[in-house]
Amino acid sequence: MHEGLNQWDYVVAALAIGVAGTLLLVGWTLAAMVRAERRRDKVRGGK
Amino acid sequence: MHGFANPARFLRLARWLMPLMLIPGLVLAMGALAWGLLMVPPDRLMGDTVRILFIHVPAAWLGMAGWSTIAISSVIELVWRHPLAGIAARAAAVPGAAFTAICLATGSIWARPTWGTWWVWDGRLTSFLVLLFLYLGYIALASPAQRDAASGGGASRVTAIFGLVGAVNIPIINRSVVWWNSLHQPPSITMGKSAIDTAFLYPLLIGALGFTLIFGGVVLARMRTLLAHIQAEARLRRKAMA
Repeated sequence: MHEGLNQWDYVVAALAIGVAGTLLLVGWTLAAMVRAERRRDKVRGGK
Repeated sequence: MHGFANPARFLRLARWLMPLMLIPGLVLAMGALAWGLLMVPPDRLMGDTVRILFIHVPAAWLGMAGWSTIAISSVIELVWRHPLAGIAARAAAVPGAAFTAICLATGSIWARPTWGTWWVWDGRLTSFLVLLFLYLGYIALASPAQRDAASGGGASRVTAIFGLVGAVNIPIINRSVVWWNSLHQPPSITMGKSAIDTAFLYPLLIGALGFTLIFGGVVLARMRTLLAHIQAEARLRRKAMA
């Protein structure tokens, strides 16, 4: 702010990293869970 | 506690508890961020950059809560040999590391306009960076331990001991701004006390609750993933031996 910085650029960058990181974490976790449970069910099914 | 030692019973609980944590968590967290972005007034000293608080503080809380989960689960695994405790510890590592990385990134972005620098090697920032490295080490160590646990081995005890030893860093992070001079401000919220105005405090607490629910939902989902891997590997081994 002392160097004529636009504070909103920093706010938007920080929130974008936080929101994108959280949504990526949730999406990746759910996708991995569905894949792992499908594989387990497939293995169980192929007795 | 031992009631949930049965994976089938735990999975029945996790199936309905996981969306019950994730969906309200996402609504509360995103609502609190929108509240902080659009409705909270600028701070007298920090101006609009104070809005970074609403993502930075919950991420810092969850970075430390993640390792506390690892440490408590490691004690339960080592002392009571609870079969799900090791899985819970390993499930908390990736979300804990993710929130630690988010905390470091958002803190660095906040530091540039506020302190005039992206980074200083002071007690708080350095101990939090050490926490990220501890998470990365734990994840690297937990991966072979997971395979070992699936085959009935005992290498997961090494991971549990690492989880316990790493917990030494948590009080250091917590007290770093009191013990050493730092550009980082001292604690604003302590037991029963807050130095934060209610205009900032309410969205902060709602956001912290929301992100904590997301963290809990992610840990449950990762526990289901790890259990599914173990069950699939056990079935494949039985089939190979038959």
